[in-house]
Amino acid sequence: MRALCYHDKHDIRCDTVPDPEIEHPRDAIVRVTSCAICGSDLHLYDGFMPGMLSGDIIGHEFMGEVVEVGAANKKLKVGDRVVVPFTITCGECDQCRRGNFSVCERSNRNKAMADKMFGHSTAGLYGYTHLTGGYAGGQAEYVRVPYADSGPVKIPDGLTDDQVLFLGDIFPTGWQAAVQCDIQPTDTVAVWGAGPVGQFCVRSAILLGARQVVVIDNVPERLVMAEAGGAIPINFDEESVLDRLGELTGGKGPEKCIDAVGMEAHVNRSVDSIYDRVKQAVMLETDRAHVLREMIYVCRPAGTLSIPGVYGGLVDKIPFGALMNKGLTVRTGQTHVNRWTDDLLHRIEAGQIDPSFVITHKASLEDGPAFYKTFRDKQDGCVKVVLQP
Amino acid sequence: MQKQSAETLAQGLGWFSIALGAAELAAPRAMSRALGMEDRAGLIQAYGLREIATGIGILASDQPKPWVWGRVAGDALDMATLATGLADGKRGAVGAAMGGVAAMAALDWYCANQLGEAREARPMRDYSNRTGFPDTPEHMRGQAARDATILSPLL
Repeated sequence: MRALCYHDKHDIRCDTVPDPEIEHPRDAIVRVTSCAICGSDLHLYDGFMPGMLSGDIIGHEFMGEVVEVGAANKKLKVGDRVVVPFTITCGECDQCRRGNFSVCERSNRNKAMADKMFGHSTAGLYGYTHLTGGYAGGQAEYVRVPYADSGPVKIPDGLTDDQVLFLGDIFPTGWQAAVQCDIQPTDTVAVWGAGPVGQFCVRSAILLGARQVVVIDNVPERLVMAEAGGAIPINFDEESVLDRLGELTGGKGPEKCIDAVGMEAHVNRSVDSIYDRVKQAVMLETDRAHVLREMIYVCRPAGTLSIPGVYGGLVDKIPFGALMNKGLTVRTGQTHVNRWTDDLLHRIEAGQIDPSFVITHKASLEDGPAFYKTFRDKQDGCVKVVLQP
Repeated sequence: MQKQSAETLAQGLGWFSIALGAAELAAPRAMSRALGMEDRAGLIQAYGLREIATGIGILASDQPKPWVWGRVAGDALDMATLATGLADGKRGAVGAAMGGVAAMAALDWYCANQLGEAREARPMRDYSNRTGFPDTPEHMRGQAARDATILSPLL
């Protein structure tokens, strides 16, 4: 089969690789009909995530048709149409039973490695380093889905791939980020980053009733898209984020702040972002934390910081004194996808939201490597790329 | 040369700049003695700072091209400084150093020319109709908050 494989930093190729096979009775094999390039795939592309090996199949946003089912899998049958959450979950461990699916205790088959790095492992993830299990990813014609009687979400007839594909990651990620804010009708929610997750944060915050939603970015098309979803845009190249947020909140700051940027914050004219870039370049720091610092500074005391943006390692110069003295609540984590999918699927079916709004580019799997660069460089108004194998 | 190879070369030049700069900062007297230019130790240290700044600029920037051109300018400054040593320094050592600088200058020049330009201005796509909602955001505001099914009992 054809699949997008990581070879090195900035070197992703569409290779011919062996087809996946059932390895466990709970497995299924899915023929991918649509997959997407995620912002967190760019952390792999840019070489910021450790634990990738040449030849690894990447991609963790995918859906398709079940073509083979393991003997013990009673949930799926050949022909079912499924969206596969990017977190691999056993459905049986203590964390899964509590709904903390992204920290499933059993699905990371390289748990010892992740335990060493993080103290305790997260769940296994598709196509996202050997630290999270080294599972083959979904930017491929076929994928082996482990624990396939737990994670995959069956899709009813009548919904298109474009409408439901993002149930596997970015829609629940944006939704969870907003839910974690415990939004009140009087709240201002500020979202840093108008990429795909930021776009879903904006719409989720609107649906959850925030008084005003503000989005911060410097890519005009993305700001326009966020504005279409109800956000007040701030272009940090053109105006002061702190001044504008002050104006919008009577000088008190937003009650809720969402970091939909993560470890590769844009290097702007601020001293701390240049400092991060230099430290990262000489390998003294792994993640650029400008957004975190700005959120801590600007958030209203007793407010909440919600962090769906991916961080991978170490940051420094975090103003922890401000965080502590302002009494801020921090909520973060990979997305507990299955906690939200039933509800969000219902909302899509009911017409409350159509997630396909975010798709700006479609391409074949063969064109995937070129679109990594297009997406990374935000060329041609690129917000979200969907690949169709 | 592909743009990616030019970027890799630029990264190499960045690290070279930092290493050379560190050496110039750490051992200016040894260098100036070797060149027979003992009175230029302070200047060599200053050039070391310049090399480190340029190297960090190349490594840290998303657009390293101007920083590589900065290296070319630095090479010219180095050549001019070394030329003053031809008269009163150790001609052999100075000549060899000038040869090395000239070779690096050629590499810098080549790299700077191969590196891509900053993102070009392009027509903006219009996403002002990409609401994702069946109605205006104002109308959709709070619709999920009013829906009893919203919060998972697991949360």
